[in-house]
Amino acid sequence: MTRQLYEFNGGVHPEQHKHASTSRPIGIAPLPRLLIVPLRQHIGQPAKPIVAVGEQVLKGQMIGHADGYVSVAVHAPTSGTVTEIASHVVAHPSGLSDLCITITPDGADRWIEHNALDYRNMDPSHLRNLLRELGIAGLGGAVFPSFIKLNPGTTQKVPTLILNGGECEPWITCDDMLMRERAAEILAGAAIMRHMLDSDEVLVGIEDNKPEAIAAMQAAASQCDFAVEVVAVPTLYPGGGAKQLIKTLTDKEVPSGGRSTDIGVATFNIGTAYSLHRAVNHGEPLISRIVTVTGNVHRPQNFEVLIGTPLTELVRLTGATRDDTSGYVMGGPMMGFDLTSTDVPMVKATNCILVKSPALFPPAPPAMPCIRCGRCAQACPADLQPQELYWFARAKNFGKTQEYNLFDCIECGCCSYVCPSHIPLVQYYRYAKSEIWAKEKDKKAADLARDRHEFRQHRIEREQQERAAKLALKASAKLAEATADSPDAADEKKAAIQAAIARAKEKKADAAPRNVENLPPEKLQEIADIEARRAKIRAMAQDSVEK
Amino acid sequence: MLSSPYIAEKTSVSIIMLKVLAALVPGIVVYVLLFGPAILITLTIASVTALLLETIAVRLRGWPAKPFLMDGSAMVTAWLLALSLPPIAPWWLIVVGTFFAIVVAKHLYGGLGNNLFNPAMVGYAVLIISFPVQMTQWSAPLSLAGAHLSLLDAAHYIFTGILPDGLTLDAISSATPLDTLRTQLQLEHTVREITHLPIFGSIGGTGSEAVVLMFLLGGLYLWLARIITWHIPLAFMAGLWITGGLFHISDPDRYISPWFHLATGGAMLGAFFIATDPVSGATTPRGKLIFGAGIGMLTYLIRTLGGYPDGVAFAVLLMNITVPLIDAYTQPKVYGHKQKEPAE
Repeated sequence: MTRQLYEFNGGVHPEQHKHASTSRPIGIAPLPRLLIVPLRQHIGQPAKPIVAVGEQVLKGQMIGHADGYVSVAVHAPTSGTVTEIASHVVAHPSGLSDLCITITPDGADRWIEHNALDYRNMDPSHLRNLLRELGIAGLGGAVFPSFIKLNPGTTQKVPTLILNGGECEPWITCDDMLMRERAAEILAGAAIMRHMLDSDEVLVGIEDNKPEAIAAMQAAASQCDFAVEVVAVPTLYPGGGAKQLIKTLTDKEVPSGGRSTDIGVATFNIGTAYSLHRAVNHGEPLISRIVTVTGNVHRPQNFEVLIGTPLTELVRLTGATRDDTSGYVMGGPMMGFDLTSTDVPMVKATNCILVKSPALFPPAPPAMPCIRCGRCAQACPADLQPQELYWFARAKNFGKTQEYNLFDCIECGCCSYVCPSHIPLVQYYRYAKSEIWAKEKDKKAADLARDRHEFRQHRIEREQQERAAKLALKASAKLAEATADSPDAADEKKAAIQAAIARAKEKKADAAPRNVENLPPEKLQEIADIEARRAKIRAMAQDSVEK
Repeated sequence: MLSSPYIAEKTSVSIIMLKVLAALVPGIVVYVLLFGPAILITLTIASVTALLLETIAVRLRGWPAKPFLMDGSAMVTAWLLALSLPPIAPWWLIVVGTFFAIVVAKHLYGGLGNNLFNPAMVGYAVLIISFPVQMTQWSAPLSLAGAHLSLLDAAHYIFTGILPDGLTLDAISSATPLDTLRTQLQLEHTVREITHLPIFGSIGGTGSEAVVLMFLLGGLYLWLARIITWHIPLAFMAGLWITGGLFHISDPDRYISPWFHLATGGAMLGAFFIATDPVSGATTPRGKLIFGAGIGMLTYLIRTLGGYPDGVAFAVLLMNITVPLIDAYTQPKVYGHKQKEPAE
């Protein structure tokens, strides 16, 4: 039985370069000298440190507690001593620093006591809470807390569960190798997901450039006690994007601004399924993941890497650094970002370290004017008209960019990839989005300030009236000593306050911006990141001006 | 590079323009074989003028000269204009046309990527309005001509207006099939009578139908090479053919077969090379269909009811005006916006 597949618009066929890192099995990275564990590795609120400097920790011990709803815990990847809790440069597009807990391993790699969870006989909400405490977050790149996605919501059911083994980015093979080597464990994770979401069908989407992984998953699926359909999907970037994979497998589209569960579909990266299996069936928190180290290295390979391992220690495992190394990218060549320091620690989101050289990744030729050839539109998997968005973003006509659905852009890079004028289109969209967010944030702040101001004005006015009323009352009391305290004054005061609040609310509702309302937490996170970046740039500009 | 993607397809504006030029070559070769080498001189004059003017314009703008001269867009404009002109047109006509194409239509509007109108067609329109006589002296097909001009003779004539001794203009030139059709119809001849004249070939014009066929093949190459999409050429041809067909059915004696319209004049060059200019054309799939069909229809109406022998240039320019409107109203549905809004 072959499943009917559907097409999404566009897509590109960049050179794969996958074989570079699939000739060797997954290596286990040795204990590094230091582990630098960021407290913010997931979308949402960073975890709160719950250990102190000097404290001994065991492998798997919680060192950061989930803070707020959209958050997960962080754990010690090995046993050792907490030597520092401080800001450290982390993997971030703008090279920001963030709070990290540094652990010096003691070499014993001693586990904390941990037990399998009896998930079938557990209260679902309790189970989800445990997953939160075990630090499980999506390993496909977005690092969204998994316990939230594993909540079937009011319908108590998500009919279709999709495991995403697409891995469409060139060079990256961590999912490929995980599927080849640990297929049964991945499906054990899928069994837990299926149970939690009460799903009817389980699909595994794998691009057809990974025949070994498909075979391994099919073999594992045949041993499963529930039906798993392993589907080979065409190799077409970004076919492994969640929205594109859902379209390919089900012909459904995730509504703009909505979630896949709105159309009865849940998607998880296969690495997440594996971690879920380790967490539930072994009680192990998320403290390691598979990372592809490839590009300009001697022996490209996948490693099981402890979270917190510094970049240099990981890259060293593939042999000595080559002289022409020009930088390090976290992620793939289409959507990854430059790492600004070789000290950055590996995090839950790190699927690949791509070592750059000018020969492998030559700089783009200078950009030429857009000739409106429309290749970007033909390549866009979101059916956007990138040439129009570019035009509006360049002209800072941000209203128009929103009208042309800028916020449906997934920043996959296909448009830039095919552009014959070599225009860095995605950068224009990132810029436009950040400007819009900044403006709306400013507007929100201004609205709040105005509300406060108006309320204050009103309060002053009211106080004056009250004072006058009091005086009048006193006067009248003096005049007519028998007059009792009038309840009318208190009522009037209350009514006036109510009216003021209502007015303020009405104004706020009128002026509420569209994009920062009801945003999913990852977007809020992104906005926060961009704000931080802007602040940093402003500070840098200030510095240079002062100099 | 600042951020991802760090890789890109090996493509450039130059490569696209070179492919367009390459796709024109078969048509030019057949043109030379059937009409003599004069067109080569026209092409050369237009190209040299275009590159010269482009250099000056790019310098004045303070842009880096090399990438902008190497982009090939000026050459494409020059060739398309030259191929729309009579091959034995005087040199200054070519220079004036190229000037309007490169300087006025392209650079005064902001240079590459910013022109609202198809530059080659602006050049053509200026010439046909200003110099109608020179614009109608076409080379006769060699098979019908009384004499043949060598390359040197042609160059001499184009630059000086002097023909070799003993040759008259009538011996080497003739009206185009479209021109002939128009004048003969005005003389109350029927289409059947007119098409028996030697200038008419099996579908289009003698000789020219072979050139047109080569442009069609070149256009198909552009489509296969993914330089253009099928939308505009197909809509153009459909617009021309259907409109022509309706007229033809209504009165076959007055209105020639729509196939003739496809096989003659600037139809194929227009459909595949001129209307598909991305800068001045529609970009959305539905927009391209409307744009192409509009050009096809207008071409027919101008040819048949208007005052000019061929209508491609004016049809293209008129449809250029409508592009922003067409694009704005034909935006495709974006991912995640396709489901019907739930009924309230």
